[in-house]
Amino acid sequence: MDLLTLSALELSAKIHAGETTVREALDAAYRAIELEEPRIHAFVSLCKEDAYAKAQAVQERLDAGEELSPLAGVPIAVKDNICTKGVRTTCGSRMLEGFVPTYNAHVVDLLESAGLVILGKTNMDEFAMGSTTETSALADTRNPVDPERVPGGSSGGSAAAVAAGEVRLALGSDTGGSIRQPSAFCGVTGLKPTYGSVSRYGLVAYASSLDQIGPIGKNAADCAALYAILRGKDQRDATSMPAYDAEQNAPYIAEHMNAVHCSKTPDEFVSAVKDYSLAGKKIGIPREFFGEGLQEDVAARVREAAAALESLGAQIEEFDLPVAKYAVPAYYIIACAEACSNLSRYDGIKYGYSSPDAEDLRSVYINSRSQGFGMEVKRRIMLGNFVLSSGYYDSYYKKALQVKRLVQDALTAAFERYDMVLGPVYPTTALRRGEGLSDPLKLYLGDIYTVMVNLAGLPALSLPCGADADGLPVGLQLIGKPFGEGELLGAGNKLQITINN
Amino acid sequence: MEVTRDLVLYLEKLARIELSEGERETTQRDLQDILTYMNTLGELDTNGVEPLSHAFPVANVTREDIVAASREPAQVLANAPNRKGNCFRVPKTVE
Repeated sequence: MDLLTLSALELSAKIHAGETTVREALDAAYRAIELEEPRIHAFVSLCKEDAYAKAQAVQERLDAGEELSPLAGVPIAVKDNICTKGVRTTCGSRMLEGFVPTYNAHVVDLLESAGLVILGKTNMDEFAMGSTTETSALADTRNPVDPERVPGGSSGGSAAAVAAGEVRLALGSDTGGSIRQPSAFCGVTGLKPTYGSVSRYGLVAYASSLDQIGPIGKNAADCAALYAILRGKDQRDATSMPAYDAEQNAPYIAEHMNAVHCSKTPDEFVSAVKDYSLAGKKIGIPREFFGEGLQEDVAARVREAAAALESLGAQIEEFDLPVAKYAVPAYYIIACAEACSNLSRYDGIKYGYSSPDAEDLRSVYINSRSQGFGMEVKRRIMLGNFVLSSGYYDSYYKKALQVKRLVQDALTAAFERYDMVLGPVYPTTALRRGEGLSDPLKLYLGDIYTVMVNLAGLPALSLPCGADADGLPVGLQLIGKPFGEGELLGAGNKLQITINN
Repeated sequence: MEVTRDLVLYLEKLARIELSEGERETTQRDLQDILTYMNTLGELDTNGVEPLSHAFPVANVTREDIVAASREPAQVLANAPNRKGNCFRVPKTVE
């Protein structure tokens, strides 16, 4: 039996049925890693010893008849900005190259209790700042479809590991597109959940008001199962919200929760997602998403997917979203402002890199930060300092927060007419290596379709929908209402079945 | 808005970062490009628009006030680059 061709849900079903074991699944994954890693470099660290010990524990719990989850026994990769107790967590930075957390992120505890086995940590842009994974100080991750192309970023290692078949599932994080864009570049499925639906406890902070952890997988159904395990309230993240009990939430949130979301267990959530029908659903396409700069092949593939959604019963309609062009500048102002505050904790004293050639306290700070951070991180910290500084605060930071409200208002108005919004994930397919590094502004502009979602706190799904003339994957994006993950995954699942046939 | 060398030096000071001369020149140019682009926000009339910080109107999130153990000193210090006993060690700060 070739374990690697199964989906995550199918693999776990075989483990549950006793047709294979957790250990065999892990063996197969490590064999694939050994084969692919010299070409892909998706991982920063592997934790074999720990993984085999955990695998045995999961097998024992399953053998004892314990009900874990529909993904029990499945090996998973975790982005290297999510804390794993005893396994180093580098954020792709020299600053944290030797950092070994003494606690688990909430999502890591959830994975463990659901019986998933973490086999390693994946490469990423330094502190999640970048969209090619090239700003990582630790590894040079390649796109499995074409190793001369980047995997996208910042969760490039996670997307590449799934695309290369090293794992079926991975965790990523998304502040401005960091799950969706690498998923599109590598041809896999990624979900950026509603802000607050997954706890950020133990996620190394980049821009706290925008960061969310989410699943990357081979298909929408696998992502649905993983998302259902990850979601929910955690006391240690005050912005997290109860997942399925609408009554426990503030009235505004409760009113947005719907039948698909309120399904309780991961099993129930997955069946609700699979039962979802597109008949009569209304999908809006912003005209601005098909403007200048969009690669022709990408536009064509997304239009074809829209036609496929129509054939599944949905009604497609175009609408105007003029605020779209202001989302990128607002996003970078807010993200950098929060980053400069969050990254002030790296002082060379409490943890992380400490410069050996410091003489006084001031030079411990300055030398450690100057030597420990890469150029993109320095640039964003300095930009953040600028937009928050006296004299510029109102015209940049405050202005950006006002634009954030305009973006949210415009999308809220759209969702009064539509069940979801469809568009591309990125203007082009995977960039060539080195192409984006020389011109940071050009790279920022590429985030035009993704950052709006983070500003408005909405969920969005990135789904492969064919290839361009060079055979590189094209991704489409479905944006949903707050807590509309169930609908997005349901629509994605139906569309994926149609596309694959 | 002109990004001068002095502005870059000022931002380095605020950020506790020191750039090399080469990095400083590139940064001056990149920040100029980026800020010029960010100024497009000026086209948008935001008079009377209330700034939005948190995406959803949830406020005053509280939890039960229950006494719980905090982290052990050994855990807190486990990643310290320089320590002495249960303290972080830094260069002498008072002459």
